[in-house]
Amino acid sequence: MTTLETAEPAATHAEPATPVPGPGSAHHPGAVMVQPPKWLSSTDHKIIGQLYLIGGLLGLFATIAVNVVIGIERIDGGEVTFDDALSQLFDAQRVGLVFGTAIPLALALCVAMVPLQLGARSIAFPRLASLGFWMWLGGLVLNVVSLIANGGTLGGREDMVDLFIASLALMALGATATAGAIATTVLTTRAPGMTMRRVPFFTWSALITSIAIIVVMPVFVGTLVYLFLDHRNARAGFGGNEGIYTWAGWMFTQPATYIFAIPAIGVFAELLPVTFRKRTPARGVMIAGLGLISVAALAAVTQQNVQRLPWSGSELNVDDLGTKAEDLVPYAFFNLLPLLGMVIVILMGLVLAKPQKGVRPNLNPGFSFAFFGYGMVFVGMLGTVLYAVDDLALQGTVFEEAVLIYIVYGAVLGVMGGIAYWAPKLWGSAPSAGKLAPLALLGVLATVLASFPHYIAGFLDQPAGPVYDNDDLAIWNILILVGHALMGLTVLAFIGLLLSSNRTRDDERNAAGDDPWDGQTLEWATASPAPGDNFVDVPVVHSAEPLLDLKAARHPAATTDGSSN
Amino acid sequence: MYALPAAPTPAPQRQTLVGMALATVSIVMLTGGMLAVWLVQRTEALDAGESWLPDGVVIPEVPANVMLIAFVGLCVFAQWAVWSAKRGDRGHTVFALAATAVTALLIINAQAYIYADMGLAISDGIYPAMFYGLTGMFVVLMIIGILFSAVAAFRYSGGRSQDNEIVAAHAMYWYTMAAVFTAVWFVVYVTK
Repeated sequence: MTTLETAEPAATHAEPATPVPGPGSAHHPGAVMVQPPKWLSSTDHKIIGQLYLIGGLLGLFATIAVNVVIGIERIDGGEVTFDDALSQLFDAQRVGLVFGTAIPLALALCVAMVPLQLGARSIAFPRLASLGFWMWLGGLVLNVVSLIANGGTLGGREDMVDLFIASLALMALGATATAGAIATTVLTTRAPGMTMRRVPFFTWSALITSIAIIVVMPVFVGTLVYLFLDHRNARAGFGGNEGIYTWAGWMFTQPATYIFAIPAIGVFAELLPVTFRKRTPARGVMIAGLGLISVAALAAVTQQNVQRLPWSGSELNVDDLGTKAEDLVPYAFFNLLPLLGMVIVILMGLVLAKPQKGVRPNLNPGFSFAFFGYGMVFVGMLGTVLYAVDDLALQGTVFEEAVLIYIVYGAVLGVMGGIAYWAPKLWGSAPSAGKLAPLALLGVLATVLASFPHYIAGFLDQPAGPVYDNDDLAIWNILILVGHALMGLTVLAFIGLLLSSNRTRDDERNAAGDDPWDGQTLEWATASPAPGDNFVDVPVVHSAEPLLDLKAARHPAATTDGSSN
Repeated sequence: MYALPAAPTPAPQRQTLVGMALATVSIVMLTGGMLAVWLVQRTEALDAGESWLPDGVVIPEVPANVMLIAFVGLCVFAQWAVWSAKRGDRGHTVFALAATAVTALLIINAQAYIYADMGLAISDGIYPAMFYGLTGMFVVLMIIGILFSAVAAFRYSGGRSQDNEIVAAHAMYWYTMAAVFTAVWFVVYVTK
């Protein structure tokens, strides 16, 4: 092997020599050195995760702005100011909530934290994960361009409608690529001794979401291929512009959107044992609870906008029982099973929260956000159960929009909880729990105001569009507007707190330390912030709570009880 | 920082194979979803008393059947590559990978013949748009497979002959494609 000598010869004079620029030196006169920023092509999963996070937060802000504009339109329910752009506004709302916010924020947390939780030095297929991000971002930008230029489902410019469809497919493919990297990481790069039963709850939720994305997104892409070709050519079979939402709208309705909220529920499940300082008994039950929510993926691949229940109580008789059961079974399977999963998670939470002598809860900054996020997603799921019942006549009203906002804003709160909890590993700083708790309260207030009034307005038959003729509905729409504005404020304040704690991280009082929340899982075994390759040595684990094992060995008196696998 | 005991060097985790298994799930879902929409549209057209296939269009069955038969050969070549790679036989491995790619090219050629023979204009209605959508996606997946064969062959002939996993993943991809085409063949070329 030949070694190229590139160093300059040592100076022989006593005076410090001025470096002579060599041909390869950055200081060579006339040389133009253009180095792309490191993050642009980084394969470090933490950086890719942060890119998704920034993209998701920008998408969230843009979506909140769209929601505020729609809210202003709805205040009086009469004259429409943005009449020409109305369909684009509603498209932007749906695409923004699902593809601009829920998907990137869920993937952000998964990409950034899963390898650390597994004791892995990197994510599997890091270039694929990175490619996924850039495809998603490219798709999002093209989607915004198409909507601005009169595209979207009911857009007037044909080429921009085509671009709208293609951009959705690009975002879906990007999400699938990143999900593939996450799922492969969980399945192949666990630390020695970490069986699947010992995998942390959040990582389990990341695996469930990733597999759900891998299953659902290709079906969505296949439909978009047909829609694109049909819209570009004959427009004979899919109903032209109107048909786009009919055939591909299922991705923006419930229960399909649940799959992007699963990581937020995973954060809640992850923080329960840490907060109540216990080992989780019967971990399999919690994992089953998380898994049940993913039934939503099966609902999505059936490509139905609503898992309807066309039930009329007065017609219930023995003759109709067979037909009713035919309707009831898919309704219960797709709408009630995810809810059952949520109930299992909260029941496990109650088991862990049972007071124990001498053990004080460890209120870390992420828990309040994660708890409220869980609650909001739960209320959204309850809404879906009602929405699907035909006899309640909620379909076609604003009720559906409220459900989507409950799910997505709830998922956002959960992800914010995860960011607050894992901030030490990402940036080396720890935001104050005291400051974040009131912000979480503001976040839950914002979510309730941005959604619940439309639950009521839905029962009062307010149609899904911007116009209504019942003046009594105005108050609910004003509350919705206030809710969206408050959500914007919450996210802005959250980012401000993170940046402020990050700026003062060099101050000893604000430095996070390696294990500031008394964690149980492997990510707390490495330095804060986590180094480029995560772990100096790949650790070996003997239980689901390897750090508790270590702490127990050091301080036997301070150990927590409970069994582990 | 906690000093957890360092583990011994982790055993190979078959990352490429697991990644490929997930990719094949995606491919099956993509094709399955497209076939499902195809069947829905076909049923709606027939229920409405319309003909699904445009008037005067005849599907050439011979090249479609040849494609199906070629997939048998393609899978044999892919498995031959796996078998040779396991034995450390570089020559046979590279030859089998090349034969796989060439067979895949032949299948694309047969598909192109079907396009030319049918003479369908994509703007002629719902059937042509869906036909080109479904079979076009299949051709894209075939091209990806050929690139995969080329990458596997170059890696192997370039000296990474210990890396048998990519050859096994390559075979898994082609088995999936064979299954996918069997479904497409039955729905599009047999039931029409």
